[in-house]
Amino acid sequence: MNYKSMDEANKAVVDKITGSAPFLVDVVPAKDKIKELNDGKVLLHAGPPIVWNDMTGPMQGSCIGASIYEGWASNEEEAEKQLAGGEVKFIPCHHVNAVGPMGGITSANMPVFVVENRTDGNEAYCIMNEGIGKVLRFGANSQEVIDRLKWMQNVLGPTIAKALTLTEDGLNLNVIIAKAITMGDEFHQRNIAASLIFLKEISPYIVQLDINESDRKDVIQFLADTDQFFLNIMMATAKAVMDGARTIQDGTVVTAMCRNGKDFGIRISGMGDEWFTAPVNTPQGLFFTGYSQDDANPDIGDSAITETFGVGGMAMIAAPGVTRFVGAGGFDDALETSNEMTEICVSQNSNFTIPTWDFQGACLGIDARKVVETGIEPVINTGIAHKKAGMGQVGAGTVRAPKECFEKALEAYAVKLGLI
Amino acid sequence: MLLQARRFKNILTGVIFVLHTIIKKNSYQDSINLMLLTNSVATMEGLNKVQIMMATPANKDIFKDAGLHTEELEAAESNDMAIVVDSDNADMMDSVLEKVEQYLNDQSISNKKQGFETVRTWDKAVDALPNANVAMISVPGEYAAEEADKALDRGLHVFMFSDNVSVEDELRLKQKAHDKGLLVMGPDCGTGILDGVPLAFANVVNKGRIGLVGASGTGIQEVSTIIDRLGEGVSHAIGTGGRDLKDPIGAITMMDGIRALENHSQTEIITIISKPPAEHVRNEVMELLQSLTKPVVAVFLGEKPEQYEGNVYQAYTLAETAHIAVDLARGNEVKADYNSGDFTVENSSLKEGQKTLKGLYSGGTLASEAAVLISDALGLGTHIKNEEGYVLKHEGQEIVDLGDDKYTQGKPHPMIDPETRSKFIEQAGADETTAVILLDFVLGYGSHDDMASALLPSINKAVAKAKEGGRTLHVVATVCGTKNDPQSYDGHVKQLKEAGVIVKETNNEAVRTALNIVGLHVEDNQKKHVEGTKSAKKFDLSVSEDIALLVSERPRVINVGLKGFTGALSDTGTQFVQYDWRPVAGGNARMAKILSLLK
Repeated sequence: MNYKSMDEANKAVVDKITGSAPFLVDVVPAKDKIKELNDGKVLLHAGPPIVWNDMTGPMQGSCIGASIYEGWASNEEEAEKQLAGGEVKFIPCHHVNAVGPMGGITSANMPVFVVENRTDGNEAYCIMNEGIGKVLRFGANSQEVIDRLKWMQNVLGPTIAKALTLTEDGLNLNVIIAKAITMGDEFHQRNIAASLIFLKEISPYIVQLDINESDRKDVIQFLADTDQFFLNIMMATAKAVMDGARTIQDGTVVTAMCRNGKDFGIRISGMGDEWFTAPVNTPQGLFFTGYSQDDANPDIGDSAITETFGVGGMAMIAAPGVTRFVGAGGFDDALETSNEMTEICVSQNSNFTIPTWDFQGACLGIDARKVVETGIEPVINTGIAHKKAGMGQVGAGTVRAPKECFEKALEAYAVKLGLI
Repeated sequence: MLLQARRFKNILTGVIFVLHTIIKKNSYQDSINLMLLTNSVATMEGLNKVQIMMATPANKDIFKDAGLHTEELEAAESNDMAIVVDSDNADMMDSVLEKVEQYLNDQSISNKKQGFETVRTWDKAVDALPNANVAMISVPGEYAAEEADKALDRGLHVFMFSDNVSVEDELRLKQKAHDKGLLVMGPDCGTGILDGVPLAFANVVNKGRIGLVGASGTGIQEVSTIIDRLGEGVSHAIGTGGRDLKDPIGAITMMDGIRALENHSQTEIITIISKPPAEHVRNEVMELLQSLTKPVVAVFLGEKPEQYEGNVYQAYTLAETAHIAVDLARGNEVKADYNSGDFTVENSSLKEGQKTLKGLYSGGTLASEAAVLISDALGLGTHIKNEEGYVLKHEGQEIVDLGDDKYTQGKPHPMIDPETRSKFIEQAGADETTAVILLDFVLGYGSHDDMASALLPSINKAVAKAKEGGRTLHVVATVCGTKNDPQSYDGHVKQLKEAGVIVKETNNEAVRTALNIVGLHVEDNQKKHVEGTKSAKKFDLSVSEDIALLVSERPRVINVGLKGFTGALSDTGTQFVQYDWRPVAGGNARMAKILSLLK
């Protein structure tokens, strides 16, 4: 180890987080940045590695949708045959500098945000938010879904990309996050403030573009309608920052948390790329009428990168508007949750002070040791997918990262250091 | 607002159902709120289904999926709240609307604010109260030493309520604390008072000039409450834990505590309370006491002193200890004896064969004191032993410490729970030889809210039963408490007296009254005052800065474990943080080891 103590190593990791400078610089087809997508039929997915047969309904539904979207198959049966038959290669988003919400299914032609972390010079990618209702990330794959994805590929992505070229050096995301956290966003369940700031920043450029008027109107309307639009930018931001931080290869800071519907996976700074997994929990929360806990798909998606970064459920107190997802309670429960989360973190991030928390900074650096010591599992705010493919979102709530992942990670690290 | 009912027919089942739609125009609520509202309305009887959402295009699809889509809903706009109810009962809609309105008007959620911070790790505890100076530890014994270690490492004095700590750990912790200039009060320390703040099982005692250091919990409670009732007060009561004056601990805490009080200017009289110490420890403690500048009252329960030596006034009973301390504090001449007196009880009549005393105690030291006095009266000497909780068992004369481990396995302490004592009272009453039942009622923080009311049914039953047998059963009690205790001292006394219980001011008086009833009597020594024997040894009477601060300031406490102990801290306005302790890694020994290595 390059540090005198674990605390010192962890301090170095969190200093990387606070010192990061993420900028939104572009929107490009995924294949332009992720070379692996140019090599035949390849799909990226959320969470640690998983095979087709182990995927839950929503992820399989997304795969089918993506196959149709990419033109590999013309219908569901054909797509399923290819997918089940091993014609399609699966790669975790995390392995190619990307993150994906829910199923996280990302294919070659889907437009992705490009976030550059200027302190470490690394980039991270995430597909764009499709809005709510019938959407690919929850496993829906009807014509309506495919049509929207095509529109995003042909209109939304290129428009935002062109607008970003008019900015001098992209959008400074730390500034947007710092503003939005004071406006009641926690960036997982609630992104409306950040989405509005994004719209405010980008629309002066969009109006200058030489594009079809109806496209311009559609883009502005879509951004105005999509409350969670910033979530995917936040995810790419968190990924870029945490990848920068994990260039420090020592310590016990959690550098990624993600789920594939079957397993929850984490990485810690001292163990580099290795995943430590345990079966996922199923989120508890509020359900749309006609649905219940029985319909809930087990925890899924790379969006827990926001909690890894210190927002989302970790910053519950920032978003009084969504506090009731914590349980039946209100503000005090949110306060209790965020206070509890500080018990397992290295420090607090003064870049993002939270007014409703007496201006304490957001949580900074989950220390796997503290998780194991206290048994306090990180809390994740999440949408709840129906366990059947294509049914879409059925509710929202919270879920905990299983302690077992953290135990395995520490055990492996102790072995690596020759301590046991 | 628009209210509409429509009849539908399920094309598959043919069942007719009615969908009622309420559209509240321009009435925005966020989706979480509406989900909660939906859940709340769904609990009403007579509804098949209900959905409440903003009428956005995406939500309309959700209504559709739930089979709750209506024309009125389709016509509604994004800022309209849509309530669609499937119910056969059209009259329901009024109550649904009422429920919705009530919910929306009453959204503030009642919360029970604690007013103090609760943490789960030492780091957070220290963050939350950076100037904390005392850790109060009440975690299970097997973990207590480790937590005490962590507290000492953070420069905190330790008040260790936890028991079942090994004597090796106790010695190591006390030596470590001593070397760091800190104090370990305990383990098995039931009582403490720091600057008027009651710790664990302790009374609300007036602040004053008398400082106590005690190796016994109820000993401290008895002495401090008598001092309070006599109109004086206590500066600090430092508990040491019951083994401090034994080998191999050698009174480390007792002696540091004595030095602390010697250096504390507001303390004018120092009082120490213990069972008889190991001989060489006793000698060392006595030498230290003789070298102090302040007058000292000492009681080694079971030793019957014959004289006062120099500045050290040794007492026979806890009550005498308090009386001497009060007279010294007031500059009065110390009397040769405070124990004897008139303890006759009028109208006490006993049947042939009624000659035994049954002392059923919740306070261990009070039980011991009773045993000492009764043994003394029986001519058996004053040495006490403990056999299965019985501190005296001689020809039917029985004194039992119901707080002994023997009676508290898997059961709450008798100061908290009346059950065990109730049984013993009834048994004692049924015993034809019983002349007197002797009881203690210990008030203060930690104790039962109203032990008098809790035990009186059994007392009455026992008395009545004896009466049926033609016997008069005498019940003699003492109430250990002050008028500022959370329970009512006067109320206890009054309630017991009204029930026919003979209530005495002190345990000493209660025991002597009981003895008197059976015609027994304790012969007391008239103690002369002789010159002290100053030791040739030079004692260092100085204390560390941390200990000096401990006795000169109000404590700031990290309460590690039992939340119940925070009541006294809150009530006295003491700064504290509650550490909701759990075993490291949930008790997983392998993970705990790995954690200890990953430093």
